[in-house]
Amino acid sequence: MDIRKVKKLIELLEESNISEIEIQEGEESVRISRHPNGFGAMQQPMVMPQAMAPAAAAPAASGAPASDAAPAQPAGHAVTSPMVGTFYRSPAPGSKAFVEVGQSIKKGDTVCIVEAMKMMNQIEADKDGVIEAILVEDGEPVEFDQPMIIIN
Amino acid sequence: MLDKVLIANRGEIALRILRACKELGIKTVAVHSKADRELMHVRLADEAVCIGPAASAKSYLNIPALISAAEVTDSSAIHPGYGFLSENANFAEQVERSGFTFVGPRAETIRLMGDKVSAINAMKAAGVPTVPGSDGPLPEDDAEIRRIAGRIGYPVIIKAASGGGGRGMRVVRNDDEVAKAASITRSEAAAAFGDGTVYMEKFLENPRHVEIQVLADGQGNAIHLYDRDCSLQRRHQKVLEEAPAPHIDPEARARVLKSCTDACIEINYRGAGTFEFLYEDGEFFFIEMNTRVQVEHPVTEMVTGVDIVKEQLRIACGQPLSIRQQDVELRGHAFECRINAEDARTFMPSPGKINLYHAPGGLGVRMDSHIYTGYSVPPHYDSLIGKLITWGADREIALVRMRNALDELLVEGIKTNIDLQKDLVRDNAFQKGGVNIHYLEKKLGLS
Repeated sequence: MDIRKVKKLIELLEESNISEIEIQEGEESVRISRHPNGFGAMQQPMVMPQAMAPAAAAPAASGAPASDAAPAQPAGHAVTSPMVGTFYRSPAPGSKAFVEVGQSIKKGDTVCIVEAMKMMNQIEADKDGVIEAILVEDGEPVEFDQPMIIIN
Repeated sequence: MLDKVLIANRGEIALRILRACKELGIKTVAVHSKADRELMHVRLADEAVCIGPAASAKSYLNIPALISAAEVTDSSAIHPGYGFLSENANFAEQVERSGFTFVGPRAETIRLMGDKVSAINAMKAAGVPTVPGSDGPLPEDDAEIRRIAGRIGYPVIIKAASGGGGRGMRVVRNDDEVAKAASITRSEAAAAFGDGTVYMEKFLENPRHVEIQVLADGQGNAIHLYDRDCSLQRRHQKVLEEAPAPHIDPEARARVLKSCTDACIEINYRGAGTFEFLYEDGEFFFIEMNTRVQVEHPVTEMVTGVDIVKEQLRIACGQPLSIRQQDVELRGHAFECRINAEDARTFMPSPGKINLYHAPGGLGVRMDSHIYTGYSVPPHYDSLIGKLITWGADREIALVRMRNALDELLVEGIKTNIDLQKDLVRDNAFQKGGVNIHYLEKKLGLS
């Protein structure tokens, strides 16, 4: 099942009063339950402009995984995407990922690929350090300036 | 109907497109620059994708970023709005080649109309009246240039073939200056548009700017939605528009309307388009065609009841025109005042935070704007922050409504041209109707 779809379902859950969603698509199914401790549920869509009363129910869920719904970004230097595209962790499907969390890397090392219009763009680390976190799933879309990898 | 449309624009027109998409049940993707995260349509869209930094060249004009955004969101079509890439034939071509529908004409039509010389030739062949001119690119030979100017009769205007919208033009009044003027205009054109081809036309001293709105489905159906008068301009930028154009010779109007729809069929036009004319002494003269939706489209919508953007989307998904010419009725009169974030007197841009916004309302009042209280107008783009449109059963009522609406409109925190608009709608000559394209600049020169 498409990771993007699952992300959308999670967002739907968070924005509503539903506590559990289960979706079946052919042979695949996914069930998402609200965490009993109320994990990061957005109370309402982002702050609406004061002068308007828009009728829309649930506006603007960001198409690319949005950082504002997620838990706070880990501290450290973020490698951000220089373009809109699709994030890949490895040079080819099935091959080993460029980097893993905890790995030591040098400035100039390739840390991931952003594919746009059939062209694979290798993204390099812009400083030395240790991979602290990888914020995007393999195959997910990224937008311009979106943080993808944190280096410490 | 199209499944998902990527709106490749910003500001008020992006919101306009979003509204039309929502009414048609089309999912919306709002692409935006880093500076535009807080745009109203971005907040309302189903999906939002940041495509680049503030600079237009790296965002709204960034073809790879736009197409990549369409890919990752699985969009079906791209609506280019106006300005930016809306009349870029390469963009239209790349969009289609990448498997998306471009909401607009075919790339070759955009190319045909983008080259002003070929556009004029196509219009002539289709029976649309044109300005007497060089009938083609101006040669390099000075003597030839003088001969052509003599045939046309001074004063003449030299224009860049790849220009348009008032850019790359020079007026010449006599033989001594014409060769030099041609040469300067050529180099300016080469620098600005990458093409030094120029042509010459008779310069009309006191014309009005009257344009015809058309809709064609590329399947053999073309209709017009009557005319608009956009003569109030400053530096070739329209300030206040109205529909229909007042005091036009009815026979000349009927003839030009028919010639425009005939031309659409002749060039197999697809989509919404506008034929721009100069109107002087009861005659129409074609100057250029805009192959996109225009800023001032709302005044036509108000007097015809046709939703032009929805029609664009219907045409784009392959539907034949749902309206026939006989179904289009002209009712009443409409005005549009462009509201710009600029000083009303000096015209210096005035970006910044709008700390209070209040839109006017009431019967016959329409406010097309993306701004809201707390919104910050960024400095990186043009200054248009809204369009105030009024409709009335006749021209007087529409004008009175506009005066009242301008009095209700509040935009505080930045400077706007609202005071200028208030002046214009009380101007005596404008009230009578029929002022020419030099009127506003003359009025501003005096005041």
